[in-house]
Amino acid sequence: MGRTLNAEVGKLKPGDRVTVKFEDRPGHLRTPWYIRGKTGWIERVHGEFLNPESLAYGRDGLPKKTLYLVAFNQSDIWGRTSNADKLLVDIYEHWLDPASN
Amino acid sequence: MTTATTEHGHDHPKHELSHCARRIYAIRDLLLEKSVITEKDIRCQIEYQEARSPANGAKLVARAWVDPAFKERFMADPKAVCAEMGIDASAINEFVVLENTERVRHMVVCTLCSCYPRPILGRPPDWYKSFNYRQRSVVDPRGVMREFGLDLPDDVEVRVHDSTADMRYLVLPVRPAGTEGWSEADLAKLVTRDSMIGVMDPLPAISE
Amino acid sequence: MARGHHDVGGLPGAGPIDQTEHQLSDWEILADAVNQALGAKGIKRTDEMRRAREEMDSAAYRDMTYYERWIASIEAILIEKNILTKEEIDRKLREFDAKWGEP
Repeated sequence: MGRTLNAEVGKLKPGDRVTVKFEDRPGHLRTPWYIRGKTGWIERVHGEFLNPESLAYGRDGLPKKTLYLVAFNQSDIWGRTSNADKLLVDIYEHWLDPASN
Repeated sequence: MTTATTEHGHDHPKHELSHCARRIYAIRDLLLEKSVITEKDIRCQIEYQEARSPANGAKLVARAWVDPAFKERFMADPKAVCAEMGIDASAINEFVVLENTERVRHMVVCTLCSCYPRPILGRPPDWYKSFNYRQRSVVDPRGVMREFGLDLPDDVEVRVHDSTADMRYLVLPVRPAGTEGWSEADLAKLVTRDSMIGVMDPLPAISE
Repeated sequence: MARGHHDVGGLPGAGPIDQTEHQLSDWEILADAVNQALGAKGIKRTDEMRRAREEMDSAAYRDMTYYERWIASIEAILIEKNILTKEEIDRKLREFDAKWGEP
């Protein structure tokens, strides 16, 4: 996995399984710690938005990034529950890799 | 807290305010002196905020309950529908309505800060911004809901939305049983702010 | 690197949700309005304010109230953008001390 598949990430569509990157770098990051490294699926394509990681430092936020609504099973995130509850997070394309399974 | 006006007509803090609180008065005075913002700018923002309250959301929900075509349009393009209803939601970048059903309940949080649909509902309650809510809602939503009086069976799916970006979420609660034929105004009274955040259901219909 | 102090989703040790609400003080309403006014004029972005709060001292982040954090980030961003200086703000506060007595 990696660069080649990432190049296709702009074409993610509802139903696609994705894994959130586990990155740990300085800056204004809007991907919560608890979801990094977790696998879920695309629920909705929200559209393109200016990149907050750039806007936070007074830059122009370009190029725009595709924002996705990504759904996860609660049981996959915390390992504690066995019900069908879900957790949904708005995540930018550059934080997502197609899931390997 | 009492304040005194100066020759500029500004309120100035008395010495009881904390150091941090006094800093905003200093900042405000300096920004006005340097014409970075004006008194009118500040007043406009105060008025804008005062005009926003959960009553806006309740109005939208009540109409969605009685009018299926309205509900469909509300779900498809909430900002446009708000404009129709005279609610200025232009400050929201993107707006999504989450429809609750008998089988699904939604709950909204911003774990990273306190993002909230302010242009519709006004300021968020203190608890929404609290560390306890931000920490617990993603891992124990049912426990949070129980604190607000909502105890859901396991066969109801709970979907928690963490508002990490520009999307703002509003929960469209389930219409309470026994409200057939009710006016929109009466229905709106059952729609609490907390039911549009999703930590509780709307108030039940109580027969006289 | 480590998890930011603002990135609290799922952290253990959280207690019951305190549902009491307080009426906003005048200074809190002012903080809110100044923040919004600066945004409306394009002087700062919400993203910058969030980043400023993430860069705060972590103990202060947990101890300050919500609007105190806003005031701290408004000040930090205005100083960063050379719109105000810390010295000017401190000087203005000393003027308040002289008029109204120290806090």
